[in-house]
Amino acid sequence: MAGPLGDCEARLARARALVEDRRLDTVRAWKAGHPGGLAIGHMPVYVPRPMLEAQGCLAVALFGGGDQVDIIRGDSYFQSYICHIPRSTIELALTGDLEPLDGVLFPSICDVIRNLGGMWKLLFPDRYSDYLDLPQDFDPEVGGAFYVRELGRIAGELERRGARPLEPGALREAIARENRRRAALEAMDALRAREPWRVRASEAYLIARAGAALPAQEHATLLEEFLAAAALREVRYRDNVRVVLVGAFCEQPPFELVLTLERAGCDIIHDDLQLGLRAIDGEIRVPEGADPLEALARAYLEQGTAMASRYIGEGEKGVALVRRVCDAAADGVVFAAASFCDPALLDQPMLERALEGAGIPFTSFKFAENTGQFQVIREQAGAFSDAVKLWGKES
Amino acid sequence: MRCVVGIDLGSTTTKAVLLDESGGTVGRGITNSRSNYEVASAVARDEALTAARFHRLERALGATGREAPALGPALREAFRLELHLDQIEGLGEEIARQLATPLYAQHARELGRPLAEVMDLARAEAPGLFRDGAERRSDFFRDLAGAAFLSGAERIARRDGLPFERMLGIFDRAILEVEARPAHRDFGRLLHRAASRVAPTTTPAADGRPPGNGARGRLLEEVARAAAEPILEVAFVGTGYGRSTLPFPREAVRSEILCHGRGAHRVFPGTRTVLDIGGQDTKAIQVDAQGVVSTFQMNDRCAAGCGRYLGYIADELNLGLHELGPLALKARRSVKVNSTCTVFAGAELRERLALGQDRSDILAGLHRAIMLRAMSLLARSGGVSDEFTFTGGVSKNVMATRVLRELVVQHYGEGITLNAHPDSIYMGALGAALYALDDVREGRPSVLPTFMPREDGRGG
Amino acid sequence: MTTPLATAAVKDASQQRQKRMIAEHFERLAAARDEGRKVVYTFVPGNLTELLGALGLLPVLPEINALQSGMRNRSAAYIAEAERAGHSEDVCTYVKCDIGMLKSGNIGPTGTRLPDPDLLLLSYTGCFTFMKWFELLRQEYRCPVAMLHVPYQSDGVITESMRSYVVEQLRRRVVPALERLAGRPLDMDELAARLARSRRAEEDLVAVWESARHRPSPIDGYFGGVYYVGPIFSSFRGTGDAEAYYRELRSEVESRMARGEGPTTPDGPATGERYRLVVEGPPNWTSFNEFWRMFIREGATVVASTYTRVGGLYDTGFRHDPARPLESLADYCLGCYTNLGLPTRTDLIERYIRDYQADGFVINSVKSCNSFSAGQLLVLRELERRTGVPGAFIESDLVDPRYFGKANIENRLQSYFQMLEARRRGGPS
Repeated sequence: MAGPLGDCEARLARARALVEDRRLDTVRAWKAGHPGGLAIGHMPVYVPRPMLEAQGCLAVALFGGGDQVDIIRGDSYFQSYICHIPRSTIELALTGDLEPLDGVLFPSICDVIRNLGGMWKLLFPDRYSDYLDLPQDFDPEVGGAFYVRELGRIAGELERRGARPLEPGALREAIARENRRRAALEAMDALRAREPWRVRASEAYLIARAGAALPAQEHATLLEEFLAAAALREVRYRDNVRVVLVGAFCEQPPFELVLTLERAGCDIIHDDLQLGLRAIDGEIRVPEGADPLEALARAYLEQGTAMASRYIGEGEKGVALVRRVCDAAADGVVFAAASFCDPALLDQPMLERALEGAGIPFTSFKFAENTGQFQVIREQAGAFSDAVKLWGKES
Repeated sequence: MRCVVGIDLGSTTTKAVLLDESGGTVGRGITNSRSNYEVASAVARDEALTAARFHRLERALGATGREAPALGPALREAFRLELHLDQIEGLGEEIARQLATPLYAQHARELGRPLAEVMDLARAEAPGLFRDGAERRSDFFRDLAGAAFLSGAERIARRDGLPFERMLGIFDRAILEVEARPAHRDFGRLLHRAASRVAPTTTPAADGRPPGNGARGRLLEEVARAAAEPILEVAFVGTGYGRSTLPFPREAVRSEILCHGRGAHRVFPGTRTVLDIGGQDTKAIQVDAQGVVSTFQMNDRCAAGCGRYLGYIADELNLGLHELGPLALKARRSVKVNSTCTVFAGAELRERLALGQDRSDILAGLHRAIMLRAMSLLARSGGVSDEFTFTGGVSKNVMATRVLRELVVQHYGEGITLNAHPDSIYMGALGAALYALDDVREGRPSVLPTFMPREDGRGG
Repeated sequence: MTTPLATAAVKDASQQRQKRMIAEHFERLAAARDEGRKVVYTFVPGNLTELLGALGLLPVLPEINALQSGMRNRSAAYIAEAERAGHSEDVCTYVKCDIGMLKSGNIGPTGTRLPDPDLLLLSYTGCFTFMKWFELLRQEYRCPVAMLHVPYQSDGVITESMRSYVVEQLRRRVVPALERLAGRPLDMDELAARLARSRRAEEDLVAVWESARHRPSPIDGYFGGVYYVGPIFSSFRGTGDAEAYYRELRSEVESRMARGEGPTTPDGPATGERYRLVVEGPPNWTSFNEFWRMFIREGATVVASTYTRVGGLYDTGFRHDPARPLESLADYCLGCYTNLGLPTRTDLIERYIRDYQADGFVINSVKSCNSFSAGQLLVLRELERRTGVPGAFIESDLVDPRYFGKANIENRLQSYFQMLEARRRGGPS
């Protein structure tokens, strides 16, 4: 079909294919077109992808196996009380699906992902893997200096394995491309907040996650094209409850879960499903004459968003969430934590307290990436949306 | 005859195996586990002794007359019938006793006669259950008596307008009592009664001579001799689930892991990997060429993916456990099921049925989910080596075995022989008996449990 | 993570001394408000006790309170209290136990109310949950927090970058925060004197660990070991008391070794060492003695354990150094066991198995502690592959009694011991 609707569908179909590409065929294709280029996987949450791009590497965010992978060997390494994403990640690695990756980075998210990095070294001693210790001290001269050294070390490791040396010019350009992606994401957020029926959360999720294994520029183009098409397509207004979805998402919920929330009458107008893309708030500024690596580090220190794996410093827990709810004019918050996810579940009581203080309603449940049952969630979300509508009228 | 005994007290059933001194199996017994572990063990051991005596008796009868081979099975069934009648008698007495307690003071008058009538019906229907070649739902008294009581009580309650639920309540209390009580099984007396029931009194003998005291007398004579023949149990090893509460002397307890590995290796000497899925746990065991365990892994705390899970599913679908596998085999496609959590099993099943998914397809998915978990445990224990032996209650499930075979081929290639044996439920008890035999051979003193008094060898 | 206060279970003279030290510490805490002394809550791994001591500040260790609650059968109620308040059943039970205790009046192990913190010293060493724990406490106490981010030794190497990051944080943030609280500047000579005492105690502790090379081992390096690390893991490192404790302990152990005696256990001196084991993972505190007895009964002695290295790893050579005060505090933090990458941890356990001639190793995998537990099944396989020594894997929890399945654990351990026995015989028994 021609026209804007067709354009939207075509972008979504491409995004869906990218999201479902567990065997990393797109990465294989990229490598075929970039002889000598390294594909570097990384666990979710924050990794400074522009640095990898500046070295000519393809950054590949790894989001586990979803609900379509049989977990056998992955389960054999983990006790029942550990979340699901490390199981499927190991399964994918042991079945050869991650073969195109030349290395994997494990950023500091939690103890499980940290230890997964150690397991990687034991299981694949001949493959490059590294732990990226993100600073919890946000003083540029202390935590910042450490972080710049840490990034320099990793850049050196990549270079030793054939990546291009990290040049300021290339990094500056990569940051510019990253900024273009960020601007497009922000535009999508704004559109969702304004007209949630125009871009459904499930669509936004696919389009955002599609960038996992794309260079920033290509992802930015996809986002821009989708938004242009979405702005023109015919849509039907829906009177739904406006919610913010919070989950400190590293392990991703099944796609069906996002759809279930929509069907239950919740318009997700903001979410942290793609946490890594939101870890820095706004543009990464590289002042004229500044060292772009310092600037990249500084953006993390000074523009870092509140996330569970980041120390709050002298700030107040939950303030950022309350602000986000107010800015987006949301009616309430849905907490969806991965089972056994320490960052999400330890953070949640503090966030709930802040919401209570601000009079913002919320509901919460847990999931695993391979959850197959949505009945309970459907009922709970439905009841929540009904209650919020009622509550909204009363107040 | 001198024997060694192995008993495996499982969460669902208790098994006993009797070996002679050369290591040959002479008798096996099984019963339902119950709150009183000692009674469960004693009953399983009685069953094994009974089997051993029949084994000998049939050999003896075979040597004495041509009519005997056909007589063996009939005599066995008659023996079971006599035992069953005794147990019905005991149950009837217990029901009367329950009625006499203050709890039922108000109902004793109203229910006394009808309940006695229900027991009469059960008694009358008993011979049909033990006719040669008859199909029984179960061999356990609890199940047989329960079925008989249910149908009888339903009929009489309807006829007389009586409270059926209350009658059932009395039965439930009585059967619990009866099953937890130590019972003395007088083999000689039961056998004599059984022999009297089946002995040829009217049928002419094969050689055309008129039937008479000759054949009957000879049979009864053989029977009496078999009953009197001493079986001396010289050593004992016990094993089982939750072994800290086993009713066995501490020195006589061996790990179920060791016993299962050894038993499986004895039946299939090429065994290197054993998967045992029982009611409450799953074990992946690696054994060396001698059958000694080299490593093992057990499922973690929760019973997800064990036999109990299938039990819940069967209950939820109102099916017998044995019906699940065949039904799953009919699946056209396997629904993807990710959770093997017993707590959520019912909810997941209901949700899928509500979505209109086919029952067989869902069951196929559930079986696959269980076996995927088992595969993980195997991987955790070091993988699957040739030969691979599948034991425990779940190994009798055809779908479970089929899925396991597929997964093994998929992950470990075609070269693995998968052994599954219809008697795999006895592997633990067999291994225990083999350890008892080691004790005898190495001259280690054996300590018998209290329910196995070392006496004249006449058995209980 | 950490160590129990001395109980009546072990009655050596050194234990009596430890008991007295602890009682005095809690008396000081009880009097802190009246005497105007400031209280700092902090964690065992990466604790900066010498620094606190040099400034006259009193430490409170919430992990120790939690494990004490576990040993005194209070933890179940505290955890239930926290879960009622909205804390997930999935997360660390130390945290929930502590929060439940706080909500129940913050009564410490000696029955008196613990003083509220004047400062939370968040030493982020080897455990992500520490950060969340103090974020939660900060909401309750509304007091300042000093953060010390200790980077992770993913490759088992302390780089100059890591060290200087920690030292800079100490210099610019932690020390000034403590000085502000104490109302006086840090006396570097006092700090050095304390570090020198730590060093001497550490020498003695290492001698105690290494005594287990002897047959029979005069110590149990896990169940007994958690008592031995009591002073050095908690509020006493760098004090004269701790130095005297380790001198005394060492001489007790050496005399047991000279007499060919086994370790002291709750049931008296152990005899007949049958199995020498290495243990990875923290103990369960709610059934501590019951758990220990499952080993004692079988003649199993633990010759080395990793849990007793979470508050400081000394037997690979590290010592506090009065000549490099802040640098050595940094190295101490960086070197705590759970701050080491999985490959390094595996190497260390392998070394223990070989050096202490272990017959086997046991991994107690606790639900609460992902820092310890995630990856242990790979460590198990890797160690079996490298050493040929079989391992046992059991699961429990730190202080949640719901996760201590006695029959299940006993079953596995007995199966394991019988397997060791059968393998030793080299054929069916």
